[in-house]
Amino acid sequence: MVLPEDDPLFRALSAATCRAFREAVTTLPQDVVEALRSAAMREPSALAKNELKNILDNIAIAEQRALPLCQDTGVPVVYLTVPSHVPFTDTLICAVGEGVRRATREIPLRPNVVSPLKRENSGDNTGPGMPIVHVRPGSCLSVTVLPKGAGAENMSRLAMLLPTEREKIPRFVAETMLIAGGRPCPPVILGVGIGGTFDGCAALAKEALLLPIDTMDPFEQELCDAVNALGIGPMGLGGKTTALAVKVRMAACHTASLPVAVNVQCWAARHCTVEVTW
Amino acid sequence: MVTRTSLTTPLGDEVLSLHAGDQVLLSGIVYTARDEAHLMMKESGIPFDPVGAAIYHCGPVIKDARILAAGPTTSARLNALTGFLLDRGVRALIGKGGMGAEVARALIGRGVYLSCTGGCAVLAASKMSLKGVYFEELGMAEAIWIIELDSLPLVVGIDSHGNDLFADIALGANKQFHRTFT
Repeated sequence: MVLPEDDPLFRALSAATCRAFREAVTTLPQDVVEALRSAAMREPSALAKNELKNILDNIAIAEQRALPLCQDTGVPVVYLTVPSHVPFTDTLICAVGEGVRRATREIPLRPNVVSPLKRENSGDNTGPGMPIVHVRPGSCLSVTVLPKGAGAENMSRLAMLLPTEREKIPRFVAETMLIAGGRPCPPVILGVGIGGTFDGCAALAKEALLLPIDTMDPFEQELCDAVNALGIGPMGLGGKTTALAVKVRMAACHTASLPVAVNVQCWAARHCTVEVTW
Repeated sequence: MVTRTSLTTPLGDEVLSLHAGDQVLLSGIVYTARDEAHLMMKESGIPFDPVGAAIYHCGPVIKDARILAAGPTTSARLNALTGFLLDRGVRALIGKGGMGAEVARALIGRGVYLSCTGGCAVLAASKMSLKGVYFEELGMAEAIWIIELDSLPLVVGIDSHGNDLFADIALGANKQFHRTFT
């Protein structure tokens, strides 16, 4: 495929995508760092405190040296907002792919993307259906990246509950972490999708991970408290902080359905938005 | 003040005196191995001397023969692929999140599982130097990288006496879950 490299829009969006990945994998959002700091102060156990100290030290070194803070630089999940004066064409999707390839070479990112059955690695973090690109209308052209590591992603779950089973939602959320234990690198952030369809609910759960975590509504707090009561703690070694936050996004759904999805995010909750100018 | 036991690979019977919850500083050569490397070793042989060896569940970011980021991967994926390594004399498994009951049983009288803080990839890389590679054709994440450690801080998650910190915490979590939701 010939890339439209002379197109200023293509160049600007691919550069912005690369920049967003660099920022995302080297520097955590401030609300996440603050949540980790306050968790470190709350933890009574020496082992839990020590795990959180390692995490905070690691964040500081990564930022200082501009290196990926975790070796699992994830798979590329990308959200675009497109204003009315920018034509939504294949150029935008190609530009995001090119940004991912550049980020993989230059930062570098670990090449994680493989064919699902043959497990052949493309070497550049792209492939059929990768990067995953979600497009929404917006007032400006912006690119949001959410590099998603596998340790936490692998622990995510979805249930098609009965419409009469609303009270089972906290149970399903807590059960997800009970099954996960220390595997998804707790303290985690849980993105919960409620409603929509089977596929839409999972997308809501992932988008919930883009919400700021410095506030929770009473329902989110109830879910978070149920998870933290499990005592799994940082890295599964025990402690008060299993989840830093639970964030919920909802959509309308069929009268006969109640889809619930939990997308597990490790403490390295990396995401970054860059506005594209050209 | 927390006391940390210093260990150097190749490991011997000194690992038998460790207990779950102990903090350790590990030095010496370790070998990274994930899913594909375990399969390859099972099929075509272990490319290093396994006696006293430490396996690190890790797929690092390497650039220009330097380790930039090298935190642990989820060890439980390798539960069913670990027994043959312990049978051949491997003494330590390093990773995150703990391992299954079959691995805890296989470690009794032989070796330990050491927990490394997940995601702390630059902190870990600052204690490492790259010495070589086996199975490079498996790609950056899945190859076996030969790494020399300089006092990497770890916690004994599973000891050689049948104690498993992760299993204890999981048991407590399970009890709490059933108190709340039944």
